[in-house]
Amino acid sequence: MNFKNRDILSTRDLTREEIDYILNTAEKFDKNPQEFSDLLKGRILALVFYEPSTRTRISFETAMKKLGGEVISLGAVEASSIAKGENLSDTIRIVSSYADAIVLRHPKDGASKLAAEVSPVPVINGGDGAGHHPTQTLLDLYTMRKENKLEGVRIALVGDLKYGRTVHSLIYALTFYSAKITLVAPEELSMPRDIIEDIKRIGGDIEETSDLKEVIPEVDVLYMTRIQKERFPDPNEYRKVAGIYRLTPELLESAKEDMIIMHPLPRVDEIDPRVDETPQAKYFEQAKNGIPVRMAILSLVMGAL
Amino acid sequence: MERELRVRPIKDGTVIDHVKAGQALNVLRILGIKPGSKEIVSIVMNVPSKKMGKKDIVKVENRELREEEVAQISLISPEATINIIRNYEVVEKYKVTPPEYVIGMLKCPNVNCISNTSEPVESKFMVTRENGIKLRCYYCERVLSENIADHLL
Repeated sequence: MNFKNRDILSTRDLTREEIDYILNTAEKFDKNPQEFSDLLKGRILALVFYEPSTRTRISFETAMKKLGGEVISLGAVEASSIAKGENLSDTIRIVSSYADAIVLRHPKDGASKLAAEVSPVPVINGGDGAGHHPTQTLLDLYTMRKENKLEGVRIALVGDLKYGRTVHSLIYALTFYSAKITLVAPEELSMPRDIIEDIKRIGGDIEETSDLKEVIPEVDVLYMTRIQKERFPDPNEYRKVAGIYRLTPELLESAKEDMIIMHPLPRVDEIDPRVDETPQAKYFEQAKNGIPVRMAILSLVMGAL
Repeated sequence: MERELRVRPIKDGTVIDHVKAGQALNVLRILGIKPGSKEIVSIVMNVPSKKMGKKDIVKVENRELREEEVAQISLISPEATINIIRNYEVVEKYKVTPPEYVIGMLKCPNVNCISNTSEPVESKFMVTRENGIKLRCYYCERVLSENIADHLL
């Protein structure tokens, strides 16, 4: 399977076979990372982040360094030419002449597609607005597969399903694995109808509720998300729904013993810190899985495998 | 025929027939015909149609349509037919065909879409037909299926 020079923009662009191939590659890196420590020697990855990030940024940087490559970074937007009014297209054109691949995070939906149009080197979408975050999805799927909870899984996606790009990406990929999906959100934060219609059209098994408590005993995977204050056009709308779901050890009493809890992080108050100590909590493990998955993506798009 | 009773035949120009009922004024908008325009235009709205139940018809004298105008009409009225008239004769008649993509014709309804910024980018939509026309923004993937005319640039 050839991924050389391929942009990774949306999970909608990937087939199940391609996803499996990426996950299998990630597994190889996970098992024997030292075998690949020179794989991307001499290559440069550019990190172009217009929005804050901890895990995506640091894990891409770590992944590149573990493969022997170098990383250049746009740094703070305020300190770059963007502060002088340079547009995204120009920034990407310039950066693409310095690097072998670009990871872009941007607040506007579809920004990564525009970047891919002007860039001769592969663009990896590190999250664009409320759009997509495909590498998060790949590490989510990798985590579920590692826990033997992917094929035919019963999963609840909880929280901000309207603006949450991680769930927008994940839901498409889950349909490849015959997942039974329950969407748990208040009406104000429900999954966009376009996406629900898309999923139903491709035969996805999907239902909606706003009651977290009722779904906990039913599911194999509980995928929590943060209600993202920064995406609300009106702060009053945010205040109406802030703190609506809070997962506690008490709520988990009804859960299956081997159920797993995932979260793309950062969390605010949707998971009680006491839950961290439960065997179901897998979100820190999930974040760690970002490294082998991103090593796989970088190696593949740079044509090193 | 009933429509001839309502509006007389034209010598030269274009008759846009089988326009979806209620869309005639949007067809005029696409053609840039507004108060002060000089074209001679006849429209009939909500006339009975065997095929469509009800339809609108637009006749524009001394004008033939550009390709992008026909493409825009196909988005709001995919059953429309274009009749080109020269010297009272129909010299060409065809059904509009929605294009696969429309570029620079519509504004994405998503205010946060990258195509609604100062970036040097034209809006781009993929066109699909399922229970009417559906347009999916190439950039942000937002779907536009209702009130398409309101988003025409």
